[in-house]
Amino acid sequence: MVVSFVEIGLEAGRRWQELTAGERPWIRIGTALCGEAAGAFEVTDAVESELASQGVSAKVSRVGCLGLCFAEPLLDVQLPGGHRIFYGNVDPEGVAEIVSAHVAGGTPVTAKALGYLAQNGSDAPVPDGIPDLDQHPMRIWEDRIVLRNAGNIDPMDIHQYVANGGYQALHKALIDLDREQTLDEVKASGLRGRGGAAFPTATKWSFLAGNPAPEKYVLCNCEEGDPGAFNDKNILESDPGTLVEGVIIAGYATGASKGYIFIRHGHNGPIDRCRAAVDQARELGFLGENIMGTDFSYEIEVALTGDSYVAGEESALMEAIEGKRAMPRFRPPFPAQVGLFGKPTNINNVKTLAYVPEIVSKGGEWFAGIGHDTSTGTVILCLTGPLKYTGMVEVPLGINLKDVINEAAGGVQDGKTLKFLQTGGPLGGVLGADSIDILLDFEILRAAGAIVGSGGLIAADESACIVDMTRSLISFCQYESCGKCFPCRMGMSHLLEVLERICRLEGTSEDLALMRNIGENMQAGSLCGHGQLGFNPVSSALRYFGPEFDAHITDRICPTGTCLAPRYSPAQTRR
Amino acid sequence: MSGLEQRIHDAVHGQTQPTVTVLSSLLAVEDELGYIPKEALDFVAGFSNATVNDVWAVASFYPNFRFEPPSEHVVEVCWGASCHVVGAMGVFKSVLEAAGLEDEGDTLDRRLTVRLNTCLGACSQAPVMSMDHHLAGRTNPDSAAKNVAHLLEEEAHGR
Repeated sequence: MVVSFVEIGLEAGRRWQELTAGERPWIRIGTALCGEAAGAFEVTDAVESELASQGVSAKVSRVGCLGLCFAEPLLDVQLPGGHRIFYGNVDPEGVAEIVSAHVAGGTPVTAKALGYLAQNGSDAPVPDGIPDLDQHPMRIWEDRIVLRNAGNIDPMDIHQYVANGGYQALHKALIDLDREQTLDEVKASGLRGRGGAAFPTATKWSFLAGNPAPEKYVLCNCEEGDPGAFNDKNILESDPGTLVEGVIIAGYATGASKGYIFIRHGHNGPIDRCRAAVDQARELGFLGENIMGTDFSYEIEVALTGDSYVAGEESALMEAIEGKRAMPRFRPPFPAQVGLFGKPTNINNVKTLAYVPEIVSKGGEWFAGIGHDTSTGTVILCLTGPLKYTGMVEVPLGINLKDVINEAAGGVQDGKTLKFLQTGGPLGGVLGADSIDILLDFEILRAAGAIVGSGGLIAADESACIVDMTRSLISFCQYESCGKCFPCRMGMSHLLEVLERICRLEGTSEDLALMRNIGENMQAGSLCGHGQLGFNPVSSALRYFGPEFDAHITDRICPTGTCLAPRYSPAQTRR
Repeated sequence: MSGLEQRIHDAVHGQTQPTVTVLSSLLAVEDELGYIPKEALDFVAGFSNATVNDVWAVASFYPNFRFEPPSEHVVEVCWGASCHVVGAMGVFKSVLEAAGLEDEGDTLDRRLTVRLNTCLGACSQAPVMSMDHHLAGRTNPDSAAKNVAHLLEEEAHGR
């Protein structure tokens, strides 16, 4: 039976009303990868067994990540018609009191509460003595577009996505706009690719839209092998509907017949939630033949890859979906001419596509009004390392990086000081602590020797050694080189050899020049960004921390003592 | 058909997604068996109309594939930069000691495999490790050793 979009919306709204203002309290627990690592599954078990043993009726949902990963496991209770009250760093033993006092008794455990989030439409008084979570340092800088539903809805239930505005953008694109006007909205937004290259999305789409072939593909890249970045996986775990809707709209705007969402095998949380979102979208008629009664037909398949960082490079990604070794292709021909299975193809990162529904809903002009210069919109940053508040924030581009680190992330913990920031993934760069007073903007960061890239920001305090960190990054790059281009394959190995020598305090005065020479060859002689950008970790470290390299080479000391500790790396390599 | 061959056959033929490839078939076998035996290379080659050489080229490229039966448990320690900067090497060293290993690999009794993972994806909870694919964050050398001991004890109780 075909149900109209209006009816679907009414049903979703009714279900949402039941959840938030029905008979039973609603308990939501953050169970993205960050929650799991903090023990959220054990907390969920404890909640369910306490509810059973105390005879309390409540709805329990596993949601995604609110961004406040430092406070995981994070649990919140919403009494019918009330506001959400959060408990942070919950341990299973503390659950009994929350259930008896708050869920059953209606009185929050004020002393243990992290904060509350006021709910629209609730006339309940805000709780006494509990802070407003929107005033938390990690949240006041935020402007949530992609993450608007993260931590709020159950990612396995499409009705919760629809109840919060989901699929209205697709409806608008299909019914009110034509393909060209949809593309125009994206063009007006100034959206640039969030996978690292920051290429204008509408320009990329127009290459595919202009190709008259009947069979064309849109690929969504969630390979995300970058250590330090988890925002793509987190979007899939928190609000997969936003991404699926974005992939459908991209298909409509470019005239594609099928979309692929590409995820690394083994990341079961993101995979399961994404598959559920695709299947449920199909059940409600948002995928398949004649979507919403129009002549637009489209399918999405979730495809898996093995462990390979380079599989995140767009042409290697197509090789992996075709089931081959993930190695980049020569270009031209470009993917929009000859792509997946020889068909014209467009490839975008998860974050890029996840912006699309809100851009179509609110208009490109609205999005272009956020951000800085040609870096429009927001950026989703992963804050890791020894920071007070680790997690994920979505902030407008143009924000000062210093504010992100010192304010939103609360600075370095335990009274230590920041030594450097590693940005944009392993192919990004490092910034010295006195160079972070810059605006987050694609061009400004690149000029400073770092990139926005995947959005990973890894902080290090004074106990870290820059040479050791550089060795760690190059060790990763060496391990992940696919081996196709010898300047990258051999260059990475040689760089690692030199860095290991410097770490053993056996470096020579020629070593820095030798590394620069290797780096130039890698840049000139590699097919993809892995080799082309692979010298960035070294060049940016030398730019800000030359004297520390000199100390290792000339004075034969590692000032922090880090380099002398045992170091391990994976034994199995690509063959 | 041997039991092993039957399981390989069922795993490869049981794929439900539209795009079935050499890689997807190998992943299906790994999900079923925990490793890629030689029989699977032959079977996937026949199934995919490819040579064994082609299949081996794919299998040997992705380091998630192993070619020997798995140990009863697997412990992974994250090797990514976020974990590295807050002490992953110390955690890994401690896991090796608890397992009685010098470096990555399987224990002689095949009760435990220890390996490094390039990124377990929970960087905000660094240093991260996983026990049988269940993540544990904010570890330190002591908690990591306890996690390993606990995993092996659980198994002993289960017997």
